[in-house]
Amino acid sequence: MKPFAFTRASNSQTAIQAVIKDQAAKFIAGGTNLVDLMKEDVEQPNHLVDINRLALTRIEEHNGGLRLGALARNSDTANHRLVRERFPLVSQAILSGASAQLRNAATNGGNLMQRTRCYYFYDVAMPCNKRQPGSGCGALEGFNRMHAILGASTQCIAVHPSDMCVALMALDAVIQVEGPEGSRSIPFAEFHRLPGDTPQLDTNLKHGELITAIDLPAAASAFSAHSYYLKIRDRASYAFALVSIAAALEVQNGTIKQARLALGGVAHKPWRAPEAEAVLNGAPLNQETFRRAATAALKKAQGYKYNSFKVELGRRGIVRALTIAAGEGRTA
Amino acid sequence: MEDLRRRDFLKQTALVGGGVILGQQLLTDGSGTLKQALALVPEITAEKIAVRLRVNGANYGLRLDPRVSLLNLLREQLDLTGTKKGCDHGQCGACTVLVDGRRINSCLALAVTYDGAEITTIEGLAKGDQLHPLQSAFIEHEGFQCGYCTSGQICSAVAMLQEVEQGTVSHVTADVRRQGPVELTDDEIRERMSGNVCRCGAYPGIVSAIREVSAAGRSSSI
Repeated sequence: MKPFAFTRASNSQTAIQAVIKDQAAKFIAGGTNLVDLMKEDVEQPNHLVDINRLALTRIEEHNGGLRLGALARNSDTANHRLVRERFPLVSQAILSGASAQLRNAATNGGNLMQRTRCYYFYDVAMPCNKRQPGSGCGALEGFNRMHAILGASTQCIAVHPSDMCVALMALDAVIQVEGPEGSRSIPFAEFHRLPGDTPQLDTNLKHGELITAIDLPAAASAFSAHSYYLKIRDRASYAFALVSIAAALEVQNGTIKQARLALGGVAHKPWRAPEAEAVLNGAPLNQETFRRAATAALKKAQGYKYNSFKVELGRRGIVRALTIAAGEGRTA
Repeated sequence: MEDLRRRDFLKQTALVGGGVILGQQLLTDGSGTLKQALALVPEITAEKIAVRLRVNGANYGLRLDPRVSLLNLLREQLDLTGTKKGCDHGQCGACTVLVDGRRINSCLALAVTYDGAEITTIEGLAKGDQLHPLQSAFIEHEGFQCGYCTSGQICSAVAMLQEVEQGTVSHVTADVRRQGPVELTDDEIRERMSGNVCRCGAYPGIVSAIREVSAAGRSSSI
């Protein structure tokens, strides 16, 4: 690991001022992803600014919804009474990711900032446009079993690894950010980026901007009775998703009043499926509707040499997730 | 020749890329003392940071290179080698310790970010000669073969039983909306312990050890 300077910040403004001074400075909270990447020299910050002492750990009611502090730990968020009651999709998604040890250290803000698990990104001996712009993409013609089937570019076919973010995408969360020029709100759909010609940029955060909270809007609690996060992976626990589905329905008299559908493991960012939602909205609650939605969601999907199976896996996963959500969103 | 412990020597040379090769050259070079030779090694260090920790009831005031993981601190500087380094990437759980009562992977924790924390390692679970109930149960149920993952498994299980007492849900809990006690089925134990990998495959013994301690009146307090 390369040497770096280390500062403990006592409030968000001192943290931001410390980071803004150096393009190679970074905030550190739980560090579960950043430290791992530093061990591999994928990340080489000059300066780490420790934000663990900032007062951003609260989870509280806000405008009828919930405000999740950026420094609340993933485990505390998943198990918070109000999150479980009103936004069970968020609890389910968090609990399907990583291990209990990692969720205890990882923070909500850090979850949004985690980087891809593409093997070529992690291996500094391989080309990777995300790690080293212009060096090429090892995955495009390489072993690309875990890679994107939607929204990829010729520069990068990596996927975003988060589970929590897929639920946040489905529920129209809003990210609160503090920066050198003040505060701003970022709709979740505009937070992460598709790779395009700049795969080195995962998000639209500017250097020195600090995530302070994630807002779950009141309207999204309408889905609490019928939502489900389905994660399909190579082993039953402690593995990244091949495909994951966040399905949320509001049901009235056997009809879908409104629906939300987002996919994980398929794109450079958590993938919202508005084409599928258009099929579901106002449609009768049955398998035929779910199948049509699944087809619509993956209409533009394109597999590579080793991951074409994800297209059909995604379709079937969508039908299954919607079926469970249409029940009571429980598995037993 | 300097009286230098092998571990200290490796620690210093490891700061340089290709440290092992350099170390061999130094050891075979008879032209000077080891101290003179080490002086030729370019010093790559970061500014030391003050850290206070309480580990297994003992207080430490330390000055640490910010790169030091909590795992390396415990093993290399505090000589608490019960905590094991498996993958060093948060994928195996061998390094699990309790920080303020919660389990984390010490390999992915920069020690400097845990200033003021209270840490319990496997060495801190027994009371004198009296083993923690989970330690006894792991022996009784043969919850290990080679034993390398065992410290992490036991620390993890101690915290896991507390999490269950607090009513936390897991990925296999049927309905996360329902509050109240969670029944610790074998599926729940397996899911909640999935962050601890055992290459010997001692899982049946691990699960039955945890099941027994859980059933024996939640005697998991540390």
